[in-house]
Amino acid sequence: MSFGALPDEKRGLVGVAFQSKSFALGFVLTGIFVLAGLISFVWTPYDATALAVADKLKSPSSLHWFGTDHFGRDIFSMIMVGARTSIAVAFVAVGIGIAAGVPLGLWAAARQASIVDEIIMRANDLVFAFPALLIAILITAVFGPSAINAIIAIGVFNIPVFARLARGAALTLWTREYILAARVAGKGAFRISGEHILPNIMNLLIVQGTIQFSLGILADAALSYVGLGAQPPTPSWGRMLADAQTMISLAPHMALFPGAAIVLTVLGLNLMGDGLRDLFDPKLRRSRS
Amino acid sequence: MRAGGNASGPSRSLEPMAPYLLKRVISLVLSLLAASVVIFVVLQVVPGDPASYMLGMNAQPETVEALRQQMGLNDPIVWRYLSWVAGLTHGDFGVSYTYKVPTGELIAQRLWVSLPLALYALFLSTIIALPIGIISAAKRNSAADYGIMGVTQLGIAVPNFWFAMLLVLLFSITLRWFSAGGFPGWNAGFFVAMKALTLPAIALALPQASILARVMRSSLLDTLSEDYIRTARAKGLSRGQTLVRHAVRNAMIPVLTILGLQFSFLLAGAIIIENVFYLPGLGRLVFQGITQRDLIVVQSVVMLLVFAVILVTFLVDIAYAMVDPRLRGRA
Amino acid sequence: MTLLQIQNLDLSILGLKILSDVRFEVDRGEVVAVIGESGSGKSMTALAVMQLLPHGTDVNGSIRLDGEELLTKTEKQMCGVRGVDVGMVFQEPMTALNPVKTIGEQVAETVMIHTGASRAEALSVARETLSRVGLPEDRFPLTRYPHELSGGQRQRVVIAMAIALRPKLLIADEPTTALDVTTQAQIMALLKRLVDEDGMGLMLITHDLAVVADIADRIVIMKSGEVVEAGPAVQLFRSMQHPYSKALMAATSHHPVRKSPEVALHAVPVLEVRSVVREYALPRTSLFAKPGAFRAVDEVSLKIHKGENVGLVGESGCGKSTLTRAILALEGTQAGEIRVGGELVTTKAGASAAARRKMQVVFQDPYGSFNPRHKVRRLVTEPFYLMGREAPTGDALELRIAEALENVGLSSRDADKYIHEFSGGQRQRVAIARALITHPSLIILDEAVSALDVSIRAQILDLLADLSDRLDLSYLFISHDLSVVRAITDRVMVMKAGKIVETGETEAVFSNPQHEYTRQLLAATPDLEAALKRREIAAA
Repeated sequence: MSFGALPDEKRGLVGVAFQSKSFALGFVLTGIFVLAGLISFVWTPYDATALAVADKLKSPSSLHWFGTDHFGRDIFSMIMVGARTSIAVAFVAVGIGIAAGVPLGLWAAARQASIVDEIIMRANDLVFAFPALLIAILITAVFGPSAINAIIAIGVFNIPVFARLARGAALTLWTREYILAARVAGKGAFRISGEHILPNIMNLLIVQGTIQFSLGILADAALSYVGLGAQPPTPSWGRMLADAQTMISLAPHMALFPGAAIVLTVLGLNLMGDGLRDLFDPKLRRSRS
Repeated sequence: MRAGGNASGPSRSLEPMAPYLLKRVISLVLSLLAASVVIFVVLQVVPGDPASYMLGMNAQPETVEALRQQMGLNDPIVWRYLSWVAGLTHGDFGVSYTYKVPTGELIAQRLWVSLPLALYALFLSTIIALPIGIISAAKRNSAADYGIMGVTQLGIAVPNFWFAMLLVLLFSITLRWFSAGGFPGWNAGFFVAMKALTLPAIALALPQASILARVMRSSLLDTLSEDYIRTARAKGLSRGQTLVRHAVRNAMIPVLTILGLQFSFLLAGAIIIENVFYLPGLGRLVFQGITQRDLIVVQSVVMLLVFAVILVTFLVDIAYAMVDPRLRGRA
Repeated sequence: MTLLQIQNLDLSILGLKILSDVRFEVDRGEVVAVIGESGSGKSMTALAVMQLLPHGTDVNGSIRLDGEELLTKTEKQMCGVRGVDVGMVFQEPMTALNPVKTIGEQVAETVMIHTGASRAEALSVARETLSRVGLPEDRFPLTRYPHELSGGQRQRVVIAMAIALRPKLLIADEPTTALDVTTQAQIMALLKRLVDEDGMGLMLITHDLAVVADIADRIVIMKSGEVVEAGPAVQLFRSMQHPYSKALMAATSHHPVRKSPEVALHAVPVLEVRSVVREYALPRTSLFAKPGAFRAVDEVSLKIHKGENVGLVGESGCGKSTLTRAILALEGTQAGEIRVGGELVTTKAGASAAARRKMQVVFQDPYGSFNPRHKVRRLVTEPFYLMGREAPTGDALELRIAEALENVGLSSRDADKYIHEFSGGQRQRVAIARALITHPSLIILDEAVSALDVSIRAQILDLLADLSDRLDLSYLFISHDLSVVRAITDRVMVMKAGKIVETGETEAVFSNPQHEYTRQLLAATPDLEAALKRREIAAA
């Protein structure tokens, strides 16, 4: 685990992070898709939702860089708009996981082995028994499919992930002598959690955050592939693949590009996470003895 | 960090394992009860009137009332929950609204596709991942290690249903080695059926194998930096002997956790992969259930999958105690 | 021919020089102590003999065992040397054994891989060897797992693994550093017995001169990767030449100079503990029995008066840490009461700020005692939280910070540094500054010098003595190390199994112990001067 490592005082965390090749490569990969999603708000080569049946199933060309789908929509434009759906869903889901999970985990750790701890951890175990997809199925079975429900489903699944991580890391820290010193100074569990514990588990949370982000992209793709995510006409990467499946022998490019977009985004996030983990890992960067 | 006179009391054989086992069994039962409450509440209480929900907005009041009678919706909620759970214990899942047959039968048929598929994928994933992970750790920082790390990094990033489509494109459409989908049934012969499950199993196994290989590697690297590995080397064991006799078994503990988690991912993943290959498994059943608003089917399938996940977690806990003697005495 | 001959040994890791021109010898039946502080390269020398060096290590020179050069042997040949000709014992017995294998299997493994003996034969050798190291089968069956044994017992298993094939040379790297004194004495005696019985050479690596004074035949003193002095033990101790050896020797038996304390017997005591009990629930032994309780602190009473330094000694598990935590209100109590300067600590709601303000603490680990993300300014002012609105601000605050830092021999400029910019000894000074900043009357020193090298330890002891004289502080000094307690305290209490078994003036207790356990402890505590005298008498 990674508590001891500190960012280099002068360059700060970001400057140091780019020393890692994994992080730099991952940052560029992910950056491309984030940028594409942002640009899509103001500009796309074509209207991503406009049907042009005359142009259907065109192979990639200078007019349509990634070709067109069975309704003649421009795949490049759809991928740009799809990027913002996917990234937004995964990002908000990670936000839900952190916002709910980290306080729960810190609370459980501060009241270790109490009834509060037991209840929080058992509830976490229970949520873990429902894979994200099952949660999504339950939610959509009742409320119907939508991007919001996909966010809730993925976000709910993220809560126990962050709660367990925060609790485990915090428990190790609670035995540290500097926490004892803070207790001797009369500080309460709430203040200590905020002042001493949270800043020192931030590294771990950031690394896990990137990993859950990438898992969120994959989960969103799977949900929208089976029709439980963002609904048409909003383009989404998973839905594009579902459409491509029926045309796979006629127009393989329809399957190729959205799939590659998912792979590259996820790969980028994972590389960033790995790079950060290496930087934080005290085995590689010892700040003591 | 001093270690003087805290000798522990006597403990022998399997007897100390009893409290551990009992605690696990209690937690298994409690988890199942809690999960059943959650599922029941979400599907039977939240929608308001399940009968009118299932029939849609334009249903005649008489039809709704008939369905309410049939589903026993006029009984108190607690009574409905208890009779549902009582039914579950002897395999009575209720009657499907759309198919008009007992849901248990429907599920049993579909399970014969989904369960073999998940197990097949788990088997593939394990036999590929563990050796690769071990090689990668044993030859740390070699070309083989970098190669394996690169491939698995990619493997994690690939959505399994997209990988499945690529497999279909290559092996079914281009090479014509496998059919693109469908399932002939086990009556068509074991090998014919297994062949139909092969591409789906590979598609499911790839991302899981990538994760498992990486976990195996990092767990083994952690173990290799333990003090007792140095002790073993000081005894005169070669690197290879140390790896086999001391490192691998100890490194299996985190790997077991991941294997347990993966089973649930495989079951859930199977739901999606079945769509790619048009396999008549639980996944197809549950999606039909959703589109046809057949709550009983959805509820039963979800309960079954959650049951499977909880059961596997239980088995992993038992496996821990077999691998790690330190856990046996602990309640 | 000498058994082990190390000549011109140079060693560097990734270009960083670790050892240069190390040379010494170990003969059959001889105990050679290699002594040095952290970073002296003593452990690396041992690993070089075993050829178990980290990747990227570059070795030059010669290491001959029985005339055979080890440095030119292939890895495969070395596997035939390790465990057969050379055995090794490590510092940390808690982690040196594989937790998932039984002790019998682990000892038998040494036999099986080298001799091709059958499992049954190997187990019978293991049985015999474990019995030789003091773990007879009737009390310690071969099927025990390491976690079922204590630290000292585990170290015996490690020794059994190393000597199962009766090697010519045994290397022991700080084999008793992690153990209690009484266990330490037993392990040292065991090693000496094995050397005598088997006629093997023993290379004993340690940071503590006193530990080896009884059994070492020859001494090698290392500093920064070089041998600074070597020779026959008694002779070398009596006539050290090198300034470093002399300084090390002086630091080992360092007694800080102190004014005689002015104890205010009639004022309110700075600490008063009355019949305190702390129990822990034990895990259930059976499902239906009520879980038992373990009394970590059993009806303990004590008083510390103003101006007095009191020591609390005992071995691990005796309850001294639990008692410390109870006094600091880090842990609740089941009975009795604790007052600091008259203020009650043991209330339902926890200690009041008034009580907490009167005491501060310095912990053992100079590395774990500080939040790595805060600057020294913020670290040392943390106790001001206790003062609420009364806490100084602005210039007054700056003055207090400067005062605290200067009191411990640091400068006020250090306030803007991060903790990782300080060495272990300096960090302990920062910890003391943090304890001083609220002007408490009582400072609890919880193994505060135990993790430090001897020369640094001597400096910190001087600092503590000086502070208690100047600032009229009282210390509760908790330690497992009797020699340190003797150096710094006026009164001492000996704790065993949750009870205080003896208490009195430090010098009186040390020179004339009353309780049987105190005598045992004192007998087991290494004493350099006494050991040398014994040996000189024996030689004469």
